[in-house]
Amino acid sequence: MLESTTSRLLEEFRSGDRRACGRLVSVVENEGRGAAEVLSELYPLTGRAFRVGITGPPGVGKSTLVEKLARLCRDQDRSVGIVAVDPTSPFSGGAILGDRVRMPSLFTDPGVFIRSMASRGGLGGLAMRTREACDVLDAFGYDFIIIETVGVGQIELDIASTAHSTVVVLVPESGDAIQMMKAGLMEIGELFCVNKSDRQGADRLALAIESMLGLRSSQDGWKPPVVKTVGTSGEGVDALLAALERHRSYLVESDLMSARRKFRVRVEIKELVEEKLKQKIWSRPEVDARLAGLVDEVMSESSTPYRAAAALLEFIRADSREEV
Amino acid sequence: MARKLRILMAKPGLDGHDRGVKVVARGLRDAGFEVIYTGLHQTPEMIAETAIQEDVDAVGMSILSGAHMVLIPETMRLLKEKGAGDILMFGGGIIPEEDKKELYKMGCGKLFGPGTEIREIVDFLKEKFPDRT
Ligand SMILES: Nc1nc2c(ncn2[C@@H]2O[C@H](COP(=O)(O)OP(=O)(O)OP(=O)(O)O)[C@@H](O)[C@H]2O)c(=O)[nH]1
Ligand SMILES: [Mg+2]
Repeated sequence: MLESTTSRLLEEFRSGDRRACGRLVSVVENEGRGAAEVLSELYPLTGRAFRVGITGPPGVGKSTLVEKLARLCRDQDRSVGIVAVDPTSPFSGGAILGDRVRMPSLFTDPGVFIRSMASRGGLGGLAMRTREACDVLDAFGYDFIIIETVGVGQIELDIASTAHSTVVVLVPESGDAIQMMKAGLMEIGELFCVNKSDRQGADRLALAIESMLGLRSSQDGWKPPVVKTVGTSGEGVDALLAALERHRSYLVESDLMSARRKFRVRVEIKELVEEKLKQKIWSRPEVDARLAGLVDEVMSESSTPYRAAAALLEFIRADSREEV
Repeated sequence: MARKLRILMAKPGLDGHDRGVKVVARGLRDAGFEVIYTGLHQTPEMIAETAIQEDVDAVGMSILSGAHMVLIPETMRLLKEKGAGDILMFGGGIIPEEDKKELYKMGCGKLFGPGTEIREIVDFLKEKFPDRT
């Protein structure tokens, strides 16, 4: 059952209230009570938006590009949702979310909604609930959703489960292609963007990426294009958007769009079941008590963590059979 | 689950340096808050829209230009108009006592003077939002 405040919020959301949209993003972001119900209610409204991930090392101009891309979409009368992720400080758990600084022209556009998110504990630079935040914006009716993430080097496969197309942004100073390969960025890009191409070395980098991509085992017949841009002036951003559209067409025509969706749905269901199972298991005081006993056995060297785990599994199985 | 305190640090008006507001932003981050920073020259409309999209608990206005009696009430009015009158407004800058009194009467939260310790701002916010982390 939905709480009455939540169902009122959903009602306002459906009527197009932006405050309600912002609040629902918070609800799913915090996994508060009602998040599963809310997402379930919104699910039938999702699936229409084109979701684009923009990632790359710090400072390469991702936010600047996001702003220009959004402007172009707006010129085509498409509405835009933006989720901008910045890292959570591992020391304090707080964060400074500053991507908006590059996007002031979008703040009061009624066809744009920007949400900054902290990565919190999320792996791969992606905030834990980025996908769900995108779902909310999708359900609210945004046509084009852009997800900006901090590409700090580790492989960001999480994006792939959120975005339809992933753009890796690099700059002439990014270093040589081997380094990028090591950082895992070459594998996740479906499009590559050499930004700050007003600077020296852009052509060289573009060529290096192209030859690197030649070595990459081609997945599903898509050859990632390399686009040169100048985020500050907007040069090349139209070519970037056109390349994104080509990728979208490719996904639809090759049936990959629905194949990926199917894969995502599968992963999502599994995750939800795992979460529920975990909760169910660890919320039982009997299990907790048994666990405490087993820990003591390991500590007194009369058991090992492996045997303890086996014993606990057996206990949980027996215990839940009794319950049924 | 306890949610994190989300604060928008806004820098409205024409004066052109943001050192102060950045110091406060860092201090609030170090206290474990999520701080949204949007840059210089924000209009009340931009601030109110941002506060709503970001679903912040509070908006901190940093004003040195002396236009506080326009910028703070106007932002509060817009928030109210957009159904977000419950978002707490607070601020900092050089604000005369009689102006402060008037702003407090309008429902504005604490206004801090120059040289305020970050600690005071953190304590004020923690007290206002005891259920946040
Ligand atoms: N010369 C030049 N500077 C650019 C270009 N694009 C962006 N910049 C500048 O690069 C700096 C960083 O830009 P952002 O858009 O904030 O970069 P970002 O990748 O979003 O940064 P993080 O989110 O902090 O990782 C800013 O000073 C921009 O003005 C470009 O094409 N050429
Ligand atoms: Mg950025």
